[in-house]
Amino acid sequence: MTTPTMDASTERHLRDKYAIVGVGETTYTRGSGRTTRALGTWAIKNAMEDAGMGPGDIDGMLSYSNNDSTPSPMLAGDLGIRLNFYMDVYGGGSSTEALIGIAIGVIEAGMCNTVAIFRSMNGYSQVRIGGTGARAAAPVSGDALHARTYGWMSAGQNFSQSFMRHMYDYGTTPEQLAMVKVIHSEHASNNPKAYYKQRYTVDDVVNSRFIVKPLHLLDCCVETDNATAIIVTRADRAYDWRHTPARILSVVGRCCKPRIDMHYQHGPISTVAGHYAKDILWPNAGVGPTDVDVTGSYDAFTFTTMLQLEDYGFCKKGEGGDYVSSGAMRLGGERPNNTSGGHLCEGYTHGMNMVIENVRQLRGDVDDYCPQGPDGKRQHTFDYNEGKCRQVNDVGITANLGWAMPGTGSAMVMRKG
Amino acid sequence: MAITGEYLGMPVAIDELDIENLEYFRYCAQHDFRLQKCQSCGYLRYPPGTACPWCTGMEFEWTAVEPRGAVYSYGEVHHAIQPAFRGHTPYMILLVELDAQRGEPSPDEGLRVAGNLVTPDGELAPPEMVQRVGVGSRLRMVFVNAGEGIAIPQWTIDEAAPQPERPWRYPQE
Repeated sequence: MTTPTMDASTERHLRDKYAIVGVGETTYTRGSGRTTRALGTWAIKNAMEDAGMGPGDIDGMLSYSNNDSTPSPMLAGDLGIRLNFYMDVYGGGSSTEALIGIAIGVIEAGMCNTVAIFRSMNGYSQVRIGGTGARAAAPVSGDALHARTYGWMSAGQNFSQSFMRHMYDYGTTPEQLAMVKVIHSEHASNNPKAYYKQRYTVDDVVNSRFIVKPLHLLDCCVETDNATAIIVTRADRAYDWRHTPARILSVVGRCCKPRIDMHYQHGPISTVAGHYAKDILWPNAGVGPTDVDVTGSYDAFTFTTMLQLEDYGFCKKGEGGDYVSSGAMRLGGERPNNTSGGHLCEGYTHGMNMVIENVRQLRGDVDDYCPQGPDGKRQHTFDYNEGKCRQVNDVGITANLGWAMPGTGSAMVMRKG
Repeated sequence: MAITGEYLGMPVAIDELDIENLEYFRYCAQHDFRLQKCQSCGYLRYPPGTACPWCTGMEFEWTAVEPRGAVYSYGEVHHAIQPAFRGHTPYMILLVELDAQRGEPSPDEGLRVAGNLVTPDGELAPPEMVQRVGVGSRLRMVFVNAGEGIAIPQWTIDEAAPQPERPWRYPQE
């Protein structure tokens, strides 16, 4: 759809040398009735089948969790995969892109050839993402005395000051933010896998009950049980598998603002980590925001989508409210965002489903309600009315913007292989 | 020696190895707000930590700081997560920028001290008091005792200070 306009002539940092060749997930549920071991195994198996791989084709594994999952050796054992490398790291949002970078590094170091990355979680039925349950009543000690003592614990509570300050600094309105939910819900209504397929209006969002101002209930993402997986390998091996690969132009992993011990101490808090990450992401990719056809901007909250699109340069600083409410990120708009419905509607995976979605967008093969041809593939109509299509026409370049918190983010640019 | 206490029914504890937090909260217990002042560059820092974020200096002195400032930003919790707060909604989670060291070392920095809005005697603020406070409101610190050797620093309206005519609040009440 677009051609790169930034200097892409100088190869930088393994640009275009690696690719995602397989993606898979479980259904998005509340009450999976399965262990995280079973869910993770199911997702990796689906990603292997997507690529056309057997157990001998994968020899590396990475996962991330908040001590709420099953580590790699169990899943590798279940699937008969002999590992040359594995690592299970701590972390939630922003881990997906960071671990893709780690996978590239370990393959480049000759430690293994092909890495499966997974996130498996019962985010609704076991360790709830909202922080409710036993953790909410745990004793408060050490550095947490400067936060949890004040009822400052869940993600929404933790981010609320940054969100509020953006409204103060730039006049951003609740109705502008509500459009993020409205648009992502439109996308979800065309996604058979989405947990919430209902379309919402601005009034629905701003009249839903407050959780923590400035967040209404419908500004917050869903809690779901699910596992997701992607398979990364070298570009020169990427054409051995079933689908057109999604080639990785650049990655940024857990890039931080200063004073990450308590980022509220530094700078305008309405600026987030993307302000720093963009200076790694775009030069390494050799493209810029105007070259991107589809974005996946992490929507733990409506605000996180806006803040990141703004700080990565998709609009001017302070104009995020206008951007997200303009229709640009709607299917049929200039640059659709979270075409699966994202965390607000499809399901919560700590970022991986947005990478999976962009891989499928690049293949031209997202699942929706379009009629199937003789080969079983959807014959996309590009009619974005409810219950129809969600494939973007001729996607060349995508960007994922992952969020851990206002002070930390990750990102990735991919192109159609 | 370790400290244990209780605040709003929540057990609070500081391990004996956590020297910086032990000392910070011991001053709080005496209703004395002190921050670490770096002996190399002279900057104060918050929250307590091992080294100076501006110059890596390890030597510091606990220095009395005027516990007053203005609300830099806030969140207002209507759906509490922790059981201790369920009976107290809506409650504010404030970032109060101290007058001390405001705009230093860079124009966009300051000592932004967290806390809730409380009454002058330390109870979490009732709804009508919450509605009086927004960005720019002038606040002063009060301490709420939480056991032997620990008190929790909190914020209340500084009635002696000139207040903004209309502090900025979220548009939907």
